[in-house]
Amino acid sequence: LLLSVVCFAPQNYPLYIRSVPTENELKFHYTVHTSLDVVDEKISAMGKALVDQRELYLGLLYPTEDYKVYGYVTNSRVKFVMVVDSSNTALRDNEIRSMFRKLHNSYTDIMCNPFYNPGDRIHSRAFDSMVNSMMMQVC
Amino acid sequence: MDAAAAAAAEEEGREKPPVIYTMENKPIVTCAGDQNLFTSLYPTLSQQLPREPMEWRRSYGRAPKMIHLESNFVQFKEELLPKEGNKALLTFPFLHIYWTECCDTEVYKTTVKDDITKWQNVLKAHNSLDWLIVVVESDAKKKNKTNILPRTSIVDKIRNDFCNKQSDRCVVLSDPLKDSSRSQESWNAFLTKLRTLLLMSFTKNLGKFEDDMRTLREKRTEPGWSFCEYFMVQEELAFVFEMLQQFEDALVQYDELDALFSQYVVNFGAGDGANWLTFFCQPVRSWNGLILRKPIDMEKRELIQNQEATLLDLRSYLFSRQCTLLIFLQRPWEVSQRALELLHNCVQELKLLEVSVPPGALDCWVFLSCLEVLQRIEGCCDRAQIDANVSHTVGLWSYATEKLKSLGYLCGLVSEKGPNSEDLNRTVDLLAGLGAERPETANASQSPYKKLKEALSSVEAFEKHYLDLSHATIEMYTNIGRIRSAKLVGKDLAEFYMRKKGPQKAEVYLQGALKTYLAEGWALLVTHTRKQLAECQKQLGQIENYLQTSSLLAGDNHLTENERKSFCQEILDFANQQEENQGQKVVLPMQCFAQLQTLHFDPPNAVVHVGGKLLIELTLLSQMPIPVQVDQIAIHVHFSIEKNSYRKTAEWLTKHKTSNGVISFPNEITSFPLSRNNLPALELYEMYERSPSDNSLNTAGIICKNVHMLLRRQESSSSLDMPSGVTLEDGAHVLKCSNLILEPGVNKITFNTQAKEPGTYTLRQLCISVGKVQFVLLHIYPIAQYDVYSQEPQLKVEPMTDSLLAGIPQKVKFTVTTGHYTMKNGDTLQLSNADAMPILYHPESKAVIYSNTREKISESSLKIQSSEKITSISLPVAPAYHVIEFELEVMYLPSATQSVVETENTTNKEVHRKNKEKQKQDNCMATVDQKVTIDCPWSIYSTIIALTFCIPFNAKHSLLSAGKRKYVQVCVQNLSDLSFQLSDNSLKNSADCTDFQLIPLNPESQQVIHSKQSIFFVWELRWTKELPLSLQCLFSVSFCPATSEEQSITLKPFIYEFQVENFFTLYHVKTEIFPPPGAEYCKTGSLCSLEVSITRLVDLSDVDRDEALTESDGYCTTKLMYEVGDNSSNWAVCGKSSGVVSMPVAAQATHKVHMEVMPLFAGYLPFPDVRLFKYLPHHSAHSTQLDADSWIENDNLSVDKNVDDQADSSSIRSRGSLHSAASGEHKGLPMPRLQSFSSGQVFNCSIGMQILVIPSKDDHVLEVSVT
Repeated sequence: LLLSVVCFAPQNYPLYIRSVPTENELKFHYTVHTSLDVVDEKISAMGKALVDQRELYLGLLYPTEDYKVYGYVTNSRVKFVMVVDSSNTALRDNEIRSMFRKLHNSYTDIMCNPFYNPGDRIHSRAFDSMVNSMMMQVC
Repeated sequence: MDAAAAAAAEEEGREKPPVIYTMENKPIVTCAGDQNLFTSLYPTLSQQLPREPMEWRRSYGRAPKMIHLESNFVQFKEELLPKEGNKALLTFPFLHIYWTECCDTEVYKTTVKDDITKWQNVLKAHNSLDWLIVVVESDAKKKNKTNILPRTSIVDKIRNDFCNKQSDRCVVLSDPLKDSSRSQESWNAFLTKLRTLLLMSFTKNLGKFEDDMRTLREKRTEPGWSFCEYFMVQEELAFVFEMLQQFEDALVQYDELDALFSQYVVNFGAGDGANWLTFFCQPVRSWNGLILRKPIDMEKRELIQNQEATLLDLRSYLFSRQCTLLIFLQRPWEVSQRALELLHNCVQELKLLEVSVPPGALDCWVFLSCLEVLQRIEGCCDRAQIDANVSHTVGLWSYATEKLKSLGYLCGLVSEKGPNSEDLNRTVDLLAGLGAERPETANASQSPYKKLKEALSSVEAFEKHYLDLSHATIEMYTNIGRIRSAKLVGKDLAEFYMRKKGPQKAEVYLQGALKTYLAEGWALLVTHTRKQLAECQKQLGQIENYLQTSSLLAGDNHLTENERKSFCQEILDFANQQEENQGQKVVLPMQCFAQLQTLHFDPPNAVVHVGGKLLIELTLLSQMPIPVQVDQIAIHVHFSIEKNSYRKTAEWLTKHKTSNGVISFPNEITSFPLSRNNLPALELYEMYERSPSDNSLNTAGIICKNVHMLLRRQESSSSLDMPSGVTLEDGAHVLKCSNLILEPGVNKITFNTQAKEPGTYTLRQLCISVGKVQFVLLHIYPIAQYDVYSQEPQLKVEPMTDSLLAGIPQKVKFTVTTGHYTMKNGDTLQLSNADAMPILYHPESKAVIYSNTREKISESSLKIQSSEKITSISLPVAPAYHVIEFELEVMYLPSATQSVVETENTTNKEVHRKNKEKQKQDNCMATVDQKVTIDCPWSIYSTIIALTFCIPFNAKHSLLSAGKRKYVQVCVQNLSDLSFQLSDNSLKNSADCTDFQLIPLNPESQQVIHSKQSIFFVWELRWTKELPLSLQCLFSVSFCPATSEEQSITLKPFIYEFQVENFFTLYHVKTEIFPPPGAEYCKTGSLCSLEVSITRLVDLSDVDRDEALTESDGYCTTKLMYEVGDNSSNWAVCGKSSGVVSMPVAAQATHKVHMEVMPLFAGYLPFPDVRLFKYLPHHSAHSTQLDADSWIENDNLSVDKNVDDQADSSSIRSRGSLHSAASGEHKGLPMPRLQSFSSGQVFNCSIGMQILVIPSKDDHVLEVSVT
């Protein structure tokens, strides 16, 4: 189960938070916020690597009893985080990776919108529906 | 090794259990034959075998490995050989060696051969093909025996007897106990062989085993398949790898088992259940955690073997083995990482399999396991290593903390009152599930088991342990920079403190967490933390902070309506409390209560005159969920006077402040993260600075209005949240609005004020008072200010067009700015009349009254009364700070006298010259300033206003001669931008003479003179009698604008008055050039004769009466000087070029002068110039004839000057006056003087004539100049 999709600005404030409404939203937020620690850690460890060789996918960040948190960072330091139900073992790393890539593409589309100010919260129907379809697909 | 050696050394009678489940396991090699021989060789053998590594090539494409072989040598027994179907690998003998040192054929035949055969048969019976026969040879034995066969024979025999095709199965070891090179060689060969054979055996037997194992695994879908059985099989393999020190391979076996099991669980969850798995689903009854201290947990292994293990048992055992191997591989950090995964996984699996778990049991298990893993890791690493790898272990710490917390909550240890009986029962159950402490740790002072037991024993002990763990975790998180995780643990701690009624301790953690969440803009987390903080502050009695947090929460739309209302009510309740201590007001920042959105000034430019009304409308967005009764809203205003600043004058203010009067305030406290606001956007504005005098643009630029915000030092983000020291400025100027109700959402509040003192009023603070609570907006930013000005009444008179032209009626605008003066009935403007500028009055003209903001208010007709001296304009009634505008037509009439005056003025050379220059520069018109004195009703002083009129025309005259006939030409130039129609031109002699007349040669009709054009008028002068010396002329022409319709008023004509003097022709000069005699044409370079004939045309007249005239016997002569010159160097004058002649003063008297000239060029050459001057000898001078050439040189300057003056001076100047000036200069000098004739007096009839000059044939040089 893909439970939550969050995008962060490079300054670590959320640009977009979307989670399955039935779940405990507050707990998600705490989990995702804490996972930023690991994202930061991974990015700073990655900083030394050459830019073009850099892997954008950060892998599993933060396993908890209930959730698995995966991370992805774009070259402009925009971060994507996805929370997956721990019990969902069917989800392979590659699928997560391709989902992130989809998310990244969609985000790039938003950035191409001349009416979108980089750094503003994302209010985009296209992005919403993409995230929706991703959540539906995984469920 | 010791055990093995002992086992080998001792007699076979002593049975040792062959299965040893310790890491000291080694592959078993059996020894048969001569035991004594083996015993003697054993020490060397066991020492030498592992010395050199051997490459192990593996099946299934696995990478080859170098391994050091060791063996456990045991005496051969038939029981050691595995029976059919026995899968045990650890006890499997990989190689069988038969030792013999027999060198006697007889002995061989009798005993050894039989023995070997027996041994072989046993092996064959068990399908064991891995054997080796070692023949030890020693020289000592050889010597003793006499009947020895050749050495090789025994070996050959053995090979022959047993090793058919496998000759390598028999080895010779020579003199093994001697220290010789030969024995060394033989040892090496033997060891190599031994190693090779061992490896071959491994490869073969392990391969077979793996194949069997795989076959078994493939059967896993069959109904009877048991995971536990398979587990034991694969673990056997793992054991062997471990035995061979191939830990990596061993780990792989366990990982495969792990994955297989996990897959089954997942499949089970998906509904594809395996029968055997149901067994693992039995309820959890024991939760005593992982055991990692023993290499192999036999208890658990047995449970698995007996198929009695629970899921936790299996997982625990599996992990303990993985852990052991990872630590062998020196990868302790992987242990911690895997441990966390395992713990999470187990919790999930139990959930998935729906295993019934008593509440808290898993928490116990996880807690114990975490600590066990941590202790295990600590046991194999030193402090520094652990500190450097906190990031790997901190997860476990945090997990343990979390679990202990939930245990504490579960067992009622986190409450004020302590656990109740139900809690105690639960605790007892949990402790029972732990079982007894394990023997390994029973004697240790610290163990996870002891810790848990103690923690659950009492409230105090729990607190101690929980705090220890929490603090340790927070510290670790902080040390590795995981601030957010640290804050989260801190928040748990805060919750704990709150439960324990220790709000003062909780506050720090909550504030810390809140700060982080605020800084990163996590709205939901901020809300949640604030809620907790509010509770904490309430308990602490921090009224101000509590109210502030409450106000923030009341305006937080992440909360439910009811929650918001209750927080809002909290504030209102406090605000409306009966005041026991008066004056104790609580000041809170306004942002959370209401937001100032816009501020609207009316008038929009925010400029008011003294006494004017100003409206300020605030748009406040109330954040409260319910309508709030507000006692008062006040704006504190800062007042400042900038006295000497031009910017603060009424003029500047009204002109420049053109904003629309709305100031918008950025939303500061919206859900947007504060981190963005750390750097506010640039606020850039255009800026124009205009010069005060003519309003022209001086500078243009861009200014940044919030430089102070951008350039200030970045503070830690505490400033916005904590409004510590919110203070109200005390100011005399406060705008107030009382008793309002702020509805949720947008409210509009209007402030009315009447401007008092002039100056600048800056809105500084906004304060909303609700009972005891005041919400204050400390700084109103962007700056909002209004200006109050006071203004003196003013009268401005300005032309409607760029410039006023004289002579035609034009409109002039009167602007009366009333300022602070109120126009009463009967107030008039009194204009003093001037003849030259009558004021034309149209009865339909209106005065318009505008308000200060240029809005038209009313219109009234203008009443103008004109008397001889004064024109009085009665102004309409108008209130203060209004503008009255009306237009009047004026016309400037340049009178004739005026013109003369002007002409006279110009006789002053300097002025004249200046005027000329000015005219040259911008070709502008002559101007006349007309001053008007106006008496205004508001002042006792008269206002003098100068209107500048331009004269549109400029006139010049000149006298033209043709022999004796005279013409007067007048040139009129239009300097203005308008076109005019000229008519009725006339030239009159002002002196009323009848004996001559001016005959116009001009068309009578009207003529249009366009802008910047000239028109010439010519008259012929005819006379009948004697003429006067001078002629006073008056030129006049009527004009009117060409475009305008017929004017009702008659315009005065343009008049130009001038004087013509000495205009009669006195002398006629004729020049002739003759070619040399005989020649037809003049030739260059040859002399020609020039004849100048000067003829006097009139008799003696008044004109001649000067010093040059000599009179004797009624016969008058006058002296003239002639001068022949050629400016263009066409001619060379040979001989004297000038001379003085005496001219009889009589009509037709002629004087001829001859001289020689030489043409220098060929072609049509103009005649050289001939000039005539009056020659005035000095009275006392001798009448000796001077050398004219030298004389002229002397006076050259004077002449030139005159000429120059002549060119300079305009035609209005007379010769005579010039001469008098020139003669004055020479007064007192005994020198003859020259006086030029005025323009009409000498008529040169040859002027402009040309003569053909042909080039001379003998010219060598022909100059051709092409220009």
